[in-house]
This record gives sequence, structure tokens and C-alpha cells, in this order.
Amino acid sequence: MHKEFLMGNAAIARGAMAAGLNVVSGYPGTPSTEVLETAAKFNDGGLYVEWSVNEKAALELAAGAAYSGARTMVTMKQVGLNVASDPLMSLAYIGVKGGMVVLVADDPGPISSQTEQDTRTFAAYSKLPCFDPSSVQEAYDMIQKAFELSEEYHTPVLFRPTTRVCHGYASIDVKDESECKKNTPEGFVRDPSKWVIFPRLSFRAHAEIEKRNRALSELLSDSGLNPVEKGSGKKGIAAHGINYTYVKEALAALGCDVPLFKVGTPFPFPEKAAVEFLQGCDEVLCIEELDPVIERGLTYVCGKFGIGTKVLGKLTGNIPESGENTISSVTKAVAEFLGVKAPEKAVREEPPALPVRPPVLCAGCPHRASFYAVKTAMKGKKSVFCGDIGCYTLGNAMPLDMVDTCLCMGAGVNITQGIGKIEPDTACFAFVGDSTFFASAITGVVNAVYNQADMTLVVLDNSTTAMTGHQPHPGTGRTMMGQVVDKISIENVLRGIGVKTVETVDPLDLKAAVDCVKRVSAEKGVKAIIFKSPCAVLIKSGKPKFIDPAKCKDCKRCIKELGCPGIVIRDGRPAIENALCTGCGLCSRVCPFDAIGGDENAD
Amino acid sequence: MPTNILICGVGGQGIVLTSKLIAATAMAHDIPVKSAETIGMAQKGGSVFSFLRVGEGAFCPMFAEGTADIIIAFEPAEAVRMLPYLKEGGCTSEAHAVIVNTHPIMPVTAALSGSAYTGAEMLEYLEKHVEKLILVDGEKACAEVGSPRALNMIMLGAAVRSGILPFDINAIEETMKATVKPQFIEMNSKALHYDE
Repeated sequence: MHKEFLMGNAAIARGAMAAGLNVVSGYPGTPSTEVLETAAKFNDGGLYVEWSVNEKAALELAAGAAYSGARTMVTMKQVGLNVASDPLMSLAYIGVKGGMVVLVADDPGPISSQTEQDTRTFAAYSKLPCFDPSSVQEAYDMIQKAFELSEEYHTPVLFRPTTRVCHGYASIDVKDESECKKNTPEGFVRDPSKWVIFPRLSFRAHAEIEKRNRALSELLSDSGLNPVEKGSGKKGIAAHGINYTYVKEALAALGCDVPLFKVGTPFPFPEKAAVEFLQGCDEVLCIEELDPVIERGLTYVCGKFGIGTKVLGKLTGNIPESGENTISSVTKAVAEFLGVKAPEKAVREEPPALPVRPPVLCAGCPHRASFYAVKTAMKGKKSVFCGDIGCYTLGNAMPLDMVDTCLCMGAGVNITQGIGKIEPDTACFAFVGDSTFFASAITGVVNAVYNQADMTLVVLDNSTTAMTGHQPHPGTGRTMMGQVVDKISIENVLRGIGVKTVETVDPLDLKAAVDCVKRVSAEKGVKAIIFKSPCAVLIKSGKPKFIDPAKCKDCKRCIKELGCPGIVIRDGRPAIENALCTGCGLCSRVCPFDAIGGDENAD
Repeated sequence: MPTNILICGVGGQGIVLTSKLIAATAMAHDIPVKSAETIGMAQKGGSVFSFLRVGEGAFCPMFAEGTADIIIAFEPAEAVRMLPYLKEGGCTSEAHAVIVNTHPIMPVTAALSGSAYTGAEMLEYLEKHVEKLILVDGEKACAEVGSPRALNMIMLGAAVRSGILPFDINAIEETMKATVKPQFIEMNSKALHYDE
């Protein structure tokens, strides 16, 4: 053992590697992304790592490897689990040979997601065991136990940290190389009665799964993963994940010591441990984020075993139903529950109005130019702009205001078709990024071509997965194993599907881009524009532009039209923020007085 | 009790590296450390922060409002935004401090609305409400050190000199030397020792 300072996600990857991981696949998504990246970084060549095209592909690949005796992990954020749910629901019946952990990072808040769904609830639905770590150290230790349990019971298991565990850092105990397990896969052993799903197999497996889960509930109660900490009094607290640490902080701040039940495996619910906890208490408060899983579990256990303990939590209005908890909110709830005084906050004078800093497209971002080109070309025409998931969702912000809908990965291309069926006189656009195109928009284009849609697909191709930190994808020609491979051409894919008009244009060449949008969108049927320009963060910036004060008439059009962080107001006049400007030149094309010039005048 | 450190500012100012250097210094001295920072969509031009807890006794990587021993703010409005985290009441001014870079960063929304945020009203508020306020003219300091990238080391140097962090400037400098590329060591040393 030695000490390392690790991010929660890094600890998960390193823990999995210490458990003899052979294969890891996934699709990027905050807050899960760094798990796979860490595995790739520490790969000595013995591990197969891939960013798959989407979560479904990732899970199926990991399943195949686990059928072959490999220890596998598949990584995703919570909404990625929706994409992977089809294979996972069936895999629960088929099972695995090598240990398989499905790492799903949940995002209370939500901070950077569409939903506040709870993978603990999905665990109950899919009947798969679920692990919920509360700290970086526990994540490292627990994932090794998750692999053992998965392999012993031949079932995939869910491992669901939340954002604060994923992105928290701590100095933790890490195994030395010599202490790590090595797993040598046996290989795939042909057995159609085992690996081919048919109704008869599912019927049999269903009964076995229910029986196994009853046994696991008992086993997990005694596993040390669901400890009941002794305390004084008849009021107890149950918590999970990061909330457990909030409760520990709250109890320390309040100087209280009460029975505390930490639920580390929410499914199968550790009923025996729950009974032990409930029997010592008259009243318990469940402190949870997302769904009231423990609260429902304890209420059920009370009914099943005839225990009269009162169970409080989200369902009784004691804990907020949505959003994140904090140490402060938990301290307040615990103080109220225990009837003690919460530490008082000093009241300061109301501060002056704070500048709002909403997330915006970066200075020099080519998406800004793409949106502006479409906006300019379609001015005065009845149009709808369906957006998608990625940095370019930020095209919704003023002044661009170019995202009318956004639902989930790849949805925009189909949503725009639906709007078009009801409003045939509307010019229907779907914006999709390159990574999202490969992940889940291709089938939408097939649907559009087949079903005779009238729409313009706009692919915003910045040659990376920018939102989650620049992961490679099929169009980049690089893999997580360090290979340089053939790039899959978006244009060829579209032509192969049968899209007859496909034009590629540099959005920063504003005139050409606007002309292209006017020309292409006027055609009937399904047509596509690929705006191709690399992510501004990945290329070396050009020299900053310069606003000539003699030519500038203070119309502020550059600011009002583009909303670029590289242009600020200085002494009441538009000025370039040299530290941010990449010299992309979009503003110089928007300026009606030719006041924004090249680098020769830069100060 | 751990020393609670809050570092805040705007995405791109070098807050994460500052946090990492403090953590690495703690590790080098066998002191337990936990931290948490903003990652994801919030990073794009938004307010960013990093919580750090150095020493025994921390359960959680974050800490509650009213419990920060020191706030290292890379921007005046961000200092005000995070001020509720500062320890308060009953403490002498030596016990906790706010180090603030006086140079404001305009948000893109300010340019759009035509508002003239200058940071002055934020500094005025901080002067009024913080007993131990250490002002750092980050722009001037960077110019004198000779690099716009020196801000994080300048801020960190000022924080260490406040005496609140559990190690001295030499300990931080050792970690810095082991972390940054050789060609940047001289500049970063100059920045750590910069004292106007």
C-alpha cells in the first residue's frame, strides 16, 4: 500500500485495474468521463480501452468480453444508461462469466445533465446489484468488491457514484503493483443454452434472479458495506453516498452522536441490517439525493417485520425532493430532526449585484459562426432550429438564440421531422455535433430519407468531443489504444444513406457559409451542411484582432450580434480582450464599418 | 480540525493548478488532504471554485458555509460570491483571511447589457466586511513578473505569507519545482516570492 492523491473517478479506474480489469469501454459524459481516461493513462498494454460509438455499443462489447472470461467495466453518465438499457435488461437474464461492472455516474442537481434519474432505482428495475460509494477511498475499495461479487454470482453489477464522489479528491491508500490481481480470460466457450436468450431461458433465469437477490440481501447485510454505527438516543439517521459525509460533518458541527445507517448497496436492499438499525430507533431520518430509495426500503422493512419506527425523508417533506443536498442543508435538516439548535450564520449586508457568468461558447468557437450563418441566411423566413447535446446547446443563449429544442442525444434530427409533418411551411433544421452524429443521429437521418422528410441537417464538425474534454471519436482517426486509423467521413456516411445534397463549408468564412445555407435549405427533401472548423480550444490561437477607435462608430453590432467573450466594453467602447481573442475574425466580418482589423495594429 | 481553503475565480485563471500544488505539498508532508472542484459545463466562462481541506478530521471534500479559514479569490466579484463560506464571528483577524486579485473580469453578459462592472463596488464591500483583506494587483504583478500566466503563483505566494496555510513558501516552492516544466521554474519562483 502507498498513498496517492486521486480524483474519485481515477480511484474507480485504479480500483478496477487492481481487481484485474481486462477491458474497459464507455462513452464520455460528465461526471463519468475521467474513469476511462484514467484507465487509458495507466494502461501498460495489458488492458483494452475504447471510447465506443455510444453506451449501447460499449455495454455490448464489454458483455462479449465478459462472456469470454474477461473482467470488464463499461462507463457512462446516468442518461447514457438509458441508451444502454436495452442490452443491460437482457444481460441481467443471461449473466456473465468474467466480472462485469457497469459504472453509471449520477448527477444530483442536475449540474450537467438533462435528468435527475437515480441509478439505484434502475437497479431495482433491472434486478441488478448496485454499489453506492461515499468517498474516494471507499470507491477504490468498493469497486474491487463489486468485481468479486459480479464474478461469483455471474451477474453484471451497477456501480453508481454521484458527481461529488466522482469529482472529489482525496489522499487514499492504493495497492502496490504486486498486490494487484491479474485475470487471464479463459476465452469464449460455446454453449447456446447459456448465451442465446429465448423465452424459456428468461422464465428460468427470472426465478433464479429473484432467489439470488434474496440471498444477496442477507449476504450484503453482513458484508460491512451497510454498517450500522452505534449512537445515543432513539433517533437515527440513514444516508448514502456523499450524503453520509454530509451527515458526519453535520453531527460533528452539532456535537451530536446518533445511530447512523450507511446504505452502500441500495439493491438488493440489506433488510437484515435495516431491521437491526430500525429496532434501535423510534424515528429515523433518511438523507438522500435523487429518489427516496432508502426511505422506501426502510418503510417497506417496517411493514414487513412489523416494526413501528417512523421513517422520515423526502416523502414526508423533511428533505427536498429535487436538487443537491449540501453540508449546510443537511445540518439544518438534522438539527430540526434532533431538536437541537443549528449553528447561526452571521448576517452580512446584502452584497452589490454580482455579475452573472452563465456558460457561453468560447471566444473563437466555430459554432458561434455556424449559428450566426444560419440565423443570417434564414432571417425573416419561418424556421425551426432543433438543437442537440454538446457545447452547441449553448447556442441557445442570447444574442444567438438559435436552439428551439433540445431533448437527448441525437433527438434533434427526429424532432425536426415531427415538427415538419405538422408545419410543412416551416424550414426545419437540426443541429448536431460530430460526436453526437456518430453516437445517435445516423439512424435519424436514415429515418428522414426513408420517410421523405423535408429538412436541413447541420453537422457542427469541430473534429472532437469538446463538451466532455476532447475525446476522440470515429471521425478523428485516433483510438484510446493510441492507434491512428481511417477517419470515418460524415459526408460519405450521409451520401451512403442517400442524402443527395451534402455541402461542406468553413463557418468562419461567413459569406460562403451564409450563401451555402441559403442555397441548400431552399432545396426539397433531406439535405445536409457540414460546418467544418476545429474546436478553438484545440488549435493554436491566431493574433488577437484590433478595433480601430478611429473607424469604430460604437454601434456595438459585434457585441449585440455575436456575444463573444473576446469583445468587452472598455471605457464605454467595444474593445478586444487580448487574453481571450483567438483572431478567428468573425467579428471583423460582422462590423459594418470595417473597424475590426488584422493583427498588424494589435496593441 | 483541517484547514479549509477556498480558491475561486473565473474559468481559465489557473485555479485548478493552484489547488493541485497545495494538495501535492500536503501529500509531501504526509498531511491528509481532500478537495473538490467545478468540472463540466460550469467551466465555460463561468465561476469556478476549488475546496481544499488540509489536515486530519475532514469527512467530506467540501466544507460548510462559515467554515473557510482562507479564501483565495482570483477576481473581486467571485470573492464576494464565495464570502458566505468565510469563518465569521469571535475570531481574531489573524485567524482567517481573504486574498483577492483586484483586477475584475467582465462577464460576456456585462458587455451585452452595457453594464460597466469594474470590480470597485466589490472591493468596497470586501473592505467593509472582511477584517483581514489582502489585496493583490494581479495585473501589475503579472507585468512585473513578466508573464500573464504568473497570476496563480502570485496569489498562492500571498496566501502562504498570510500564515494560514499549514506550510511555508519553501515547501510550496519545492512542489512547484517538481510540477512545472523546467523552463517555467524561474518565472514561477519569482511569482511565488512577489510581494509588492
